[in-house]
Amino acid sequence: MQLILRQGRIVDPSQKLNKVADVGIEEGRIVEIAARIRKKGRKEIDARGLTVFPGFIDMHVHLREPGREDSETIESGTNAAARGGFTAVACMPNTQPVNDSKAVTSFILEKASEVSKIAVYPVGAITKGSEGKILAEIGDMFRAGIVAVSDDGHPVQDSQVMRRAMEYSRLFDLPVIDHCEDRNLSAGGVMNEGYYSTLLGLRGINPAAEEVQVVRDTILARQTGAHVHIAHISTRRSLEAVVRARKHDKISVTCEATPHHLLLTEADVCSYDTNMKMYPPLRSREDVDALAQGIASGDIDVIATDHAPHNINQKMLEFDRAPFGVIGLETAVGLICDRFVRTGIITLERMAQLFCSNPARILRLQRGTLAKGSWADITVLDMERKYEVRPEEFASRSRNTPFAGWKLRGGPAMTIVKGKVVWSL
Amino acid sequence: MASFSHKDLLGIEPLSVEDVNLILDTAATLKEVSARAVKKVPTLRGKTVINLFFEASTRTRSSFELAEKRLSADILNFSASTSSVTKGETLLDTAYTLESMAPDIIVIRHESAGAPHLLSRVCHSNIINAGDGMHEHPTQALLDALTIRTVKGHLDGLKLAIIGDISHSRVARSDTILFNKMGMDVWVCGPPTLIPWDFHKLGARITAHIEEALEGADIVMMLRLQNERQNEAFIPSTREYYNLYGLRRERMRLAKKDTIVMHPGPVNRGVEIDSDVADAGYSVILNQVANGVAIRMAILYLLSGNAGLRPKRTAR
Repeated sequence: MQLILRQGRIVDPSQKLNKVADVGIEEGRIVEIAARIRKKGRKEIDARGLTVFPGFIDMHVHLREPGREDSETIESGTNAAARGGFTAVACMPNTQPVNDSKAVTSFILEKASEVSKIAVYPVGAITKGSEGKILAEIGDMFRAGIVAVSDDGHPVQDSQVMRRAMEYSRLFDLPVIDHCEDRNLSAGGVMNEGYYSTLLGLRGINPAAEEVQVVRDTILARQTGAHVHIAHISTRRSLEAVVRARKHDKISVTCEATPHHLLLTEADVCSYDTNMKMYPPLRSREDVDALAQGIASGDIDVIATDHAPHNINQKMLEFDRAPFGVIGLETAVGLICDRFVRTGIITLERMAQLFCSNPARILRLQRGTLAKGSWADITVLDMERKYEVRPEEFASRSRNTPFAGWKLRGGPAMTIVKGKVVWSL
Repeated sequence: MASFSHKDLLGIEPLSVEDVNLILDTAATLKEVSARAVKKVPTLRGKTVINLFFEASTRTRSSFELAEKRLSADILNFSASTSSVTKGETLLDTAYTLESMAPDIIVIRHESAGAPHLLSRVCHSNIINAGDGMHEHPTQALLDALTIRTVKGHLDGLKLAIIGDISHSRVARSDTILFNKMGMDVWVCGPPTLIPWDFHKLGARITAHIEEALEGADIVMMLRLQNERQNEAFIPSTREYYNLYGLRRERMRLAKKDTIVMHPGPVNRGVEIDSDVADAGYSVILNQVANGVAIRMAILYLLSGNAGLRPKRTAR
């Protein structure tokens, strides 16, 4: 056999597995999971004390290439992903030029095949130039390899255009990922509107700017039958709207939350640190608690990072002038291990759903499982490892993390893609 | 005498009641300098103060300049419109450049909230916030306090009504925080569109009705209404604003007999305040200006003793 992982704890909800076993890999695929594999591997890895998951997928990242290679490239971003325990990422289309055509989609995939050690799945724009007016050539991009459509960062304001996008995306069974923001309600805002925006004298972003669009999308999804996925959900009321739509109205709507919205609040903006500035903004304690509850209960389907690299010159500005966004690929898994798994808020199985099986299901990827015959994409975690978040060690070209200096226990130990170890401690 | 333990004056929020009293007492003492024939003391001789103004300002800037001159400091005036900022230099690069000229104190006025905090993180100099966006304007609040204390003899227990555009006012924030700290009954009043969320948590009572705010007020503080607010859908028109919130003589009858009227300036006559009110005997608007110099002298003096409080340069 090409590779055998010996005696790790295998956690794979798709096969209802949570037990210590060996994993055998041949020609890049899983061929056997057994208590003890008798054959010898050409390479063998001692995984005792480690936890073995299907490869983690981050369905919301910004790789910045083409256009802003000073902040991130496909190479540096995917290296960061591998170092963070991810075997696949879906990259958002707000590059320069926007990924609104087959040409850009193909460029990203070709570049990734040259430089990336992990799988890269492009997300295509909903509208041309993400300008919110004319539908992009979604069919063309679908043939070139996109896995979803989104105008992330420049959300579609015109509800008629959004309706058409949802109708049209059904043709290809593509999910529509929406960054929910009513740009009139959020205009000029730089942090959550509330006591802290008042105290700090910063312009507020009304939480309703997100909530009205979430509700709009669920109504349009019911009408059109499209699958809507709400990106980086951040308020209690948004989550309630999603849950209501899904449970009572049986609408095909899913959602993701980011680690920063689960672990930080608007009070963290008090230092005017621009690494606390992102869209959606950090919310109130009440919202953060509701999201954590949603992660525990399963109401939130996915944890995604919204990895948004900005080089240091762009971020070292006055708070209201700095761009929105923080990076997350190299901290997400460790943060969730430390703050959610080790604290008992979620189980290892739930972690596997959040990071692998749910993103794979939403994006219709043949990944997120260790079933016999599937690609040997594997994330190995060391739940005991103690370390500190040190941005200077990141593989990303950017350093804009709000978690610098956090002391964590538990995190990635090894990342395997198609049977090849692409990163290890 | 109590000592002042801050390296910077970034806002009112970090100050204790003792700090405020120390500043006011020091300012009251320094007021005498401006009454002399030779209006100069050697307190800051050999010290360099940079006035870094990124936003247009006449009164605050002249007030600081005068305060610095009366303390014998060497002054460098730096205004954004005539500097490398227009060539795209960032605030931090400007700060590093100025810092390498070894100033002792930097006074900064900036349209972004938190800009002084950004400077404070990288500069050895003492930083004085001369107004940052909609955040704070601490020297204005302190000069308001000095003005009230001079006229009323004390601060605690007095009812203050702050009326106008609360949302966009750094003075409203600093005043509310300061006067709440000092035991006053602070009311803020304005149209609901111009009252920020949770403003009561800063220590103010909120009302949309000017009559309620004025009722029994010891001090009436009017804020400037910027004309562009009617184009941003905050108010229908300045005419309607005047009808609802303008300080007219007949409304003054609701306030205490010995009430005083204040305004941080510049005054918008006929919009938020009538001329006969602004110029009446109970108006202390010009006293505020005079006290401004004394307060700024006090701050410069108190901070200059604390140059070495935090000699660190944090890399980010």
